[in-house]
Amino acid sequence: MTTEIMPGLALQKVDERIMTLNVGPQHPGSGHMRIVVQIDGDYIVACDPDPGYVHRGEEKMAEYRNYITNIPHLERPVIHDSCNVLYPYVLGAEELLGIEVPERAKYIRVIASELNRCIYIMYWLAIYGIFLGHSTMFMWPAGDREFLIDLMEKMSGARVTHAHFVPGGVRNDLPPNFEDVCLRQVNYFEKRIKEYAAVFYDNPILISRTQDTGVLSKQDAIRLGTTGSVLRASGVDYDLRVKEPYDVYDELDIHTNVMKEGDAYARSRIPWLDMMESCNIIRQALQKMPKSGSVRTKLKPNPKTKVPATVYKRVESGRGSLGCYIVSDGKTEPYRLKLSVPSFRNLIALPYLLKGEKLGNMPSVYWSLNYWPVEADR
Amino acid sequence: MSVIAPKFKLSEFIKSILDDAFWTILILNLIGIPAVMMILFFIEMPVIHGELLTPFLALSWIADPTRTLPIIQSFMETDIFRVMAFPGFGFAALLAAGTIFVERKMLAKLQLRVGPFYCGKLEGILQLMGDGLKLISKEIIIPAKADKPIFWAAPVIFVGAAAAFVALIPVAPGWVVADVDLGLLAVFAVIGFFPIITILSAWSANSKFPFIGGIRALFQMVSFEIPLILSLLGVVILTGTLNLSEIAASQSNFPWIVFLPVGAIVFFITMLAELERIPFDLPEAESEIVAGWLTELSGMMYGLVQLGTYLKLYAFAALFVVLFLGGWNGPSIVPPFPAEIITDGITMGPVTLKVPGLPIFSQEMLNGTLWFVLKTVGVIFFIILPRGVFPRVRVDILLNLGWTKLIGLAFVNIFIALGLLYAGVLGPGGLQ
Repeated sequence: MTTEIMPGLALQKVDERIMTLNVGPQHPGSGHMRIVVQIDGDYIVACDPDPGYVHRGEEKMAEYRNYITNIPHLERPVIHDSCNVLYPYVLGAEELLGIEVPERAKYIRVIASELNRCIYIMYWLAIYGIFLGHSTMFMWPAGDREFLIDLMEKMSGARVTHAHFVPGGVRNDLPPNFEDVCLRQVNYFEKRIKEYAAVFYDNPILISRTQDTGVLSKQDAIRLGTTGSVLRASGVDYDLRVKEPYDVYDELDIHTNVMKEGDAYARSRIPWLDMMESCNIIRQALQKMPKSGSVRTKLKPNPKTKVPATVYKRVESGRGSLGCYIVSDGKTEPYRLKLSVPSFRNLIALPYLLKGEKLGNMPSVYWSLNYWPVEADR
Repeated sequence: MSVIAPKFKLSEFIKSILDDAFWTILILNLIGIPAVMMILFFIEMPVIHGELLTPFLALSWIADPTRTLPIIQSFMETDIFRVMAFPGFGFAALLAAGTIFVERKMLAKLQLRVGPFYCGKLEGILQLMGDGLKLISKEIIIPAKADKPIFWAAPVIFVGAAAAFVALIPVAPGWVVADVDLGLLAVFAVIGFFPIITILSAWSANSKFPFIGGIRALFQMVSFEIPLILSLLGVVILTGTLNLSEIAASQSNFPWIVFLPVGAIVFFITMLAELERIPFDLPEAESEIVAGWLTELSGMMYGLVQLGTYLKLYAFAALFVVLFLGGWNGPSIVPPFPAEIITDGITMGPVTLKVPGLPIFSQEMLNGTLWFVLKTVGVIFFIILPRGVFPRVRVDILLNLGWTKLIGLAFVNIFIALGLLYAGVLGPGGLQ
């Protein structure tokens, strides 16, 4: 019923049965974005996600900074997952600058990346809990994150934005006795998240609310270009840590969690299973890591790429495949930097999933997409 | 020159103090004296030793306990005391405030945090007072296109309806504000008010989220009222009365939950839904519809609704206690008042006093109140507990639960009651 009278200006015929709700940006269930929802009674007729409220111009900023000074600001899009969001950039910059990374640094990166994945998923899980009205599931993950945040603080010195990965390795070596502390805390963390099953994942009310809601079939998941936990919950066995291993992931034994249902419950369960897998990976990496050695190849100040070149690297972040495309014209700064973020790719599925659902399913479906508004806007 | 008060003058200071004193005395006289007179108007002045006690003898009452106690006792027999203080509003509000405190601390312990901690030195016991002061001091914002009279009135009527509900609850034998013969019917009538108030408040706000919340509240309350009423019919069938005091008195040997557990369970679940508590807090689901029908309420209007909600919570828990858990009945744990003090008086130094009407509250009443409060607190605990354990349900699941499962179970309960009655287990010739 939309007639476009001018480019960008459209007239819409109003149906009296349809109510338009602006969920966000000032809404406790939206995050830094807006979802324009049209409802007929309790059923959602149409849904239009409207991101862009937290656009930070990260890609443009990267063109004015050299390869080292790009590090602190490029991890800002997802501060809870800051190691993973920086990972593809660091891999790309290493290839452009032609640096070799020491073996120990690669293992430290894997450990930091997996710890950060757990930290991000715990934050996501806390919000998923409070979106479903489960206040205990808000407090428990938010509290248990602290174990891992303390580990990251010991490792990098910062609690949230670590800026720990640099082209050529990691910034600092591990503190003494880190391996023992890490193993102990990760074991306790795993024991603790297994308890969430009793209060959250096996809760009959949660299952009745999220099962068979927002079903994304395998074909649609591939067609819409979703990634990460959303894709794996729809039955596609796709994990970049296994399919395109980077750093030392090919030396580790990684099990990919896949569920066939494709509903909101499966999408909320996959990240939880991923956390347990991350604990396994951390234990393996701690075992295989060289006990001593350099962790960083020293760079010249203001390093330059040798020739004009392009590079595209991607890693498996807490939300899915996160890519970084760097174009270099041989200067100290990148000519162009493009982040391909999983949040935006998953958000595309939202209008398809919410159509025909009840309004009460909106928070459970929306947040099960493993979406982070700041990352989608960059 | 002082920075704090650059233009300080002693004469101005004294003048301001005199000003303050003048206004304080004036306001106290204008409000306090009529208030005292209104209270005294309701008190029937007792005649003791051939002397009518009047307010003019107030100073002598304070000095002489033989005169003070009869005054207090006669005051407690007035209706205004019952409405304002003991079985009525004050008692309920005190329990409601305790409920809020316990809820916060208990949920905090459940969720591995400390909860309110600083306000009031002792475990944040004054946090509620701080919240109240904050709400009072906030500006009340009315939406521009709201239906203002209804929007203003709705929170007040909400508290009024909740207080009316409280007034019907018998706390101890003889201690009830409104002892009506059709007490349970009056309870149903009062419960029937809440959806109307909710939808009026939501609709008059002229805003989308309150409207959706109001409609949800209407759905929920109307569809759960039917199992609520049906689940209580079993008790009515067995006792043959609608008077809540008589229902409580009929459980002196055993509470009805022993014979009607199904009805008790159905009533408890419907109670959670009527109270809009998790897992049935759909009308206030913040991740979907902001705060539901409370979205546009600000300042003390919101505070009034919260007060009404917690009064309602107390009243429902108390109703559960009266109907299923035996009300005030329980083993005697309060020791009787020593009789020799009444007959012989107390020896205080050289003086021996004989104080008429010394046990202000009878032993029966204290014992009954104690049991009632203990049971009510227990029920409130179980009302609060699901908040830490369950997520919110969805509208269709909720309505499905109310219209199919709970109504069916309520009928099962009625059949159990009828079976018990006709088999002669209970009633004349049976256990009672």
